[in-house]
Amino acid sequence: MTYLAKPRLHHPSLTVNKVGYTRRDYEGKNSTLCAGCGHDSISAAIIQACWELDIEPHRVAKLSGIGCSSKTPDYFLGASHGFNTVHGRMPSVLTGANLANRSLLYLGISGDGDSASIGLGQFAHAMRRAVRMVYIVEDNGVYGLTKGQFSATADRGSRSKKGAINSDNPVDMIGMALQLGASYVARGFSGDKAQLVPLIKGAIGHGGAAFIDVISPCIAFNNHAGSTKCYDYVREHNEAMNRLDFITPRSEITTDYAPGEVVEVVQHDGRTLRLRKLHDGYDPTDRLAAMNHVQTHQARGEVVTGLLYVDPDASDLHAALNTSARPLNTLGNQELCPGAAELATLNAALRC
Amino acid sequence: MQPTDTANPAYFHKVVDCQWACPAHTPVPEYIRLIGQGRYSDAYMVNWVSNVFPGILGRTCDRPCEPACRRARVEQSNGEHPEPVAICRLKRVAADMKDDVSRRMPKVAPRNGKRIACVGAGPASLTVARDLAPLGYEVAVFDGEAKAGGFIRTQIPRFRLPESVIDEETGYILDLGVAFQSGQRIESMRALLAQGFDAVFVGCGAPRGRDLDLPGRHEAAQHIHIGIDWLASVSFGHITSIGKRVIVLGGGNTAMDCCRSARRLGGAEVKVIVRSGFDEMKASPWEKEDAQHEGIPIINFHVPKSFEHSDGKLTGLKFEVVRAVYDEHGRRSLVPTGEPEVLVECDDVLIAVGQENAFPWIERDSGIEFDQWGLPKLDKTTFQSTLPNVFFGGDAAFGPKNIITAVAHGHEAAVSIDRLLHGEDIRRRPDPMTNLLSTKMGIHEWSYDNDTSNDPRFKVPWAKAEMALANIRVEVELGFDAATAFKEASRCLNCDVQTVFSAPACIECDACVDICPMDCISFTINGDEPDLRKRLKAPALNLEQDLYVSGMLKTGRVMVKDEDVCLHCGLCAERCPTGAWDMQKFLLEPAQAGPMCRDARKDSRAPEVVA
Repeated sequence: MTYLAKPRLHHPSLTVNKVGYTRRDYEGKNSTLCAGCGHDSISAAIIQACWELDIEPHRVAKLSGIGCSSKTPDYFLGASHGFNTVHGRMPSVLTGANLANRSLLYLGISGDGDSASIGLGQFAHAMRRAVRMVYIVEDNGVYGLTKGQFSATADRGSRSKKGAINSDNPVDMIGMALQLGASYVARGFSGDKAQLVPLIKGAIGHGGAAFIDVISPCIAFNNHAGSTKCYDYVREHNEAMNRLDFITPRSEITTDYAPGEVVEVVQHDGRTLRLRKLHDGYDPTDRLAAMNHVQTHQARGEVVTGLLYVDPDASDLHAALNTSARPLNTLGNQELCPGAAELATLNAALRC
Repeated sequence: MQPTDTANPAYFHKVVDCQWACPAHTPVPEYIRLIGQGRYSDAYMVNWVSNVFPGILGRTCDRPCEPACRRARVEQSNGEHPEPVAICRLKRVAADMKDDVSRRMPKVAPRNGKRIACVGAGPASLTVARDLAPLGYEVAVFDGEAKAGGFIRTQIPRFRLPESVIDEETGYILDLGVAFQSGQRIESMRALLAQGFDAVFVGCGAPRGRDLDLPGRHEAAQHIHIGIDWLASVSFGHITSIGKRVIVLGGGNTAMDCCRSARRLGGAEVKVIVRSGFDEMKASPWEKEDAQHEGIPIINFHVPKSFEHSDGKLTGLKFEVVRAVYDEHGRRSLVPTGEPEVLVECDDVLIAVGQENAFPWIERDSGIEFDQWGLPKLDKTTFQSTLPNVFFGGDAAFGPKNIITAVAHGHEAAVSIDRLLHGEDIRRRPDPMTNLLSTKMGIHEWSYDNDTSNDPRFKVPWAKAEMALANIRVEVELGFDAATAFKEASRCLNCDVQTVFSAPACIECDACVDICPMDCISFTINGDEPDLRKRLKAPALNLEQDLYVSGMLKTGRVMVKDEDVCLHCGLCAERCPTGAWDMQKFLLEPAQAGPMCRDARKDSRAPEVVA
């Protein structure tokens, strides 16, 4: 962490986006995380993505649970709505918020402890219900706040800072998200913003449950030889499936790609995800193939990254429940309490 | 790009923009920190060692440091008026608020038997005297005037520089056992050389003001004055009044001193009229502002044509109105607009259109050669003339410049003289003393204040206009008080506290990139410089400022830092988990005359280590 707040002075060339903000306007408070924490890089990536997408900060709700990762919403988007829930309960609070006000952009920030241990059930149900949200797990494989015990995502056989070997099998959050029906599944690495920022932008533009597992090394307790979540290991074993360019409908296509190198996925709001293939034959729109491919590579000890699966026709919980098209707080008395006649009609419809 | 060679002192020196720009390379951030700590005497001595006249320069310096100051670039698009730190006025604070420093002055070594003559008692000569006298040289300073200081005393009006300050600072030098031969103008170089001095330093300035030979010049001579001569007469009290309507011709700092002096001696309507455009005037921007502040208009693009007179009395000046035209090479020419000539009525004219060097006292067969412009042929680094034991410095060397340049010349000439008289090659110049030391005190504590101030530049308070204009001896600027000086000192970014990067320690976690408020740091694939400058997190468009490039990192990328607008806030180092970034204080002191400037340091007075 730094003791001083970041000076408000900025580079003379800093520009404003379409909604009139500089990138610096998307920052939050001073981070209190350890120096070099991967989570701070993820915060910076979220800031970058929101600035690039011209998102109005007051139209964002960021929710989190408990843990190092769950502290981070305080360090970005200082002008957005925030809710720090009970440990592991971010998904259900977010689900409720989303049902009440569907017009906000929901960022669920969680960690491997918050989502893979105490909140595993919450995570599973948010995914299977297709709550429209960006669910980011800042995954360092270790309980940092309690001084470095293995977390539920630590790989079997990996070594703790004190030398203990992990004998438990890891929770595979990517595998679970794929299986449970998440319609946008990706893995990034805090040390590679060029990959991570487009993944976050894609998730923000996605129409359903978007899940990103971000490997985020814990400098203090999990960045040593023998760890599978340290910078060196992840860099050596990083197997990127593709490179994502997120394209809004307005923007022009400027880069030339070799034929066959690119897959374009047009989502139903018209936004395009353009993927530069790094693996032949990998089709990120085929859920079963994606599960197979990811499992095969993971079994070889590779850290699979990139956009692993996307359903361009994703729908969400609101569509399934046929809810009000407007946020509840915009409904008036007449709509909330339509009167005795409406009730009688409804009751009549339910009688056999 | 190749990895930056930070072992070369020039690299980090250049990052300290102010020190790099200063002809004498005064370690500016070093003394500004001391002022911030209230250590005024220490701050004064840092200055004194380097620029010899802190009190004088703190009021009158041409301040090349301020246009170079990083603060002004940093404040671009961050504030309404980006402005540098008030370096010059902070220097004055050190001089005004110091305690008695006489006991800190150097001890004079026993005489070494060598005799040096300095011609003129201006800043260049006095610097040579100060550098050489403590080493044991017998230094004689000759000057035609009664008191030392040269142009500092005769040209700079008292309302900018009180005489007591000149007395004090010339006194420190003359008290080092320097023989001041006052009232002795040197009339013959040959006679001087015949006195058997081991070396002669000529620091006699550029004492001749340029004249304007226009129609009417001789007829109306009584009311036409050469600026620098007139200023000297004012300074000595020979002139105490001037006509009501005064025209000052010329756009340099001397013209500004002339018009402001005239304003105080009865000139109710003083105008400055210049040939060039306002922006191209040679005067420093702040001197122009000061003149305008006193109600003196500056009229530009007017070329004087003739002095109008009747009955031997000046009545006015005729001007041709011109405009600036630039050719394809950007060369300017002044072209008449075709408007009718303008008559400006006046009672007196002050001509301040430049100064010339004049060496009528140096016999042309003395062995000292001169070039086609009448300037001595000199070696640019040693200041040696074609007569090996004669050196030139200050305005006498390369034409009129300013005090701080004269001081810088004096230091270099003193090094040359010291080496020459020790039988060493004077073309070989001594390296500067440099030091690089970590400022880390704790996890996020540093031995400098890294909390960047957001204050805009503070204004120096002025004496009330009616008081200041009523008396030419009333100093206009009052100087900062201690509280304001502290706040102004806090605006300094501590550019001498360098961001030092260690590639082997870096794990490329991006923490520094994320925290850097100015987007200075990038990790990217290496390339050539023009390519890299475009690809950084914020484009590096200021080509004057270097890129700091590391060796190759584990991922095959390099760290590239654009030095341009770095705040030296140290947040990169606070965020760095491995100490790959460190904030290290860089101190550079140019070598001065003495044992340390010589190759054979056996006669060094530093205690010898006995094995």
